[in-house]
Amino acid sequence: MKTLNIIASAYRATVEEQDDTIVWLTHAIKGAGADIDVLLRGNAVNYAVRGQNAEGLAFGAWTQTQPPHIEHDIASLLSKGVTVHVLADDLQRRGLEDTPLIDGVQRLPSDALAACLSGYDCVWHW
Amino acid sequence: MDSKTTLTFALMDAPYESARSTTALRLLSIAARRGYVLQVFAYEGAVMQTFALQRAHANTVHGRSAEEENHFLPKDAIAALSDEAARHGGRLDWVNCGLCVDERGAGEAIAGVRRGSPADFWKMADASHNTLVIPTRD
Repeated sequence: MKTLNIIASAYRATVEEQDDTIVWLTHAIKGAGADIDVLLRGNAVNYAVRGQNAEGLAFGAWTQTQPPHIEHDIASLLSKGVTVHVLADDLQRRGLEDTPLIDGVQRLPSDALAACLSGYDCVWHW
Repeated sequence: MDSKTTLTFALMDAPYESARSTTALRLLSIAARRGYVLQVFAYEGAVMQTFALQRAHANTVHGRSAEEENHFLPKDAIAALSDEAARHGGRLDWVNCGLCVDERGAGEAIAGVRRGSPADFWKMADASHNTLVIPTRD
């Protein structure tokens, strides 16, 4: 069962969770043996951008020592053989078309989206 | 795969925050009445849907006592759905994400709910005729 996780919601509780919950879920399912890929769309296209840094959160004497590292988590998916697509049109809408992306992330134009989806048995839109 | 129609649902929303939760229960209800095998993976806030310590309350704005108000408790609706599925020859298998339970202190779930992981979701989806993801949205 070849599955595509489409991630649209971005930075939802990532500080609390110390990751993105669907990127994390993708890691877990991949680890269980799933044949799964990712498509980033909407605000989640920013997950593909290099140089993200969520460090520095502190409340009083409490300091977050393990902030989310979305860039690392995406790169780690790639290293496990997960194809990570990013919707090129959504990059452009956010002025990110010329921004360096994580090596290996594949830009997908919207007119190629339907053909991409047809290559999967399941499409889960988060 | 089970010979009966088998459907998997992934839910993410906490109770009382979104109409998506009620919609999910409506869909499960239809499927339960059809005798389908229903598999639910509750992720993140959705693990609170089956939290056993949910309590009904009075509502002074409505001018009703707790008994009169008959406040909607998702845990009771889900228990009723499980009974409904069984009555029609199906079943409801509800799996809560264990880590999501831990970070919320939501370990006390109603009877029949089991603890699991995203791997369970993948296995359930793989053994289903179809899967519907109902995620949290901004």
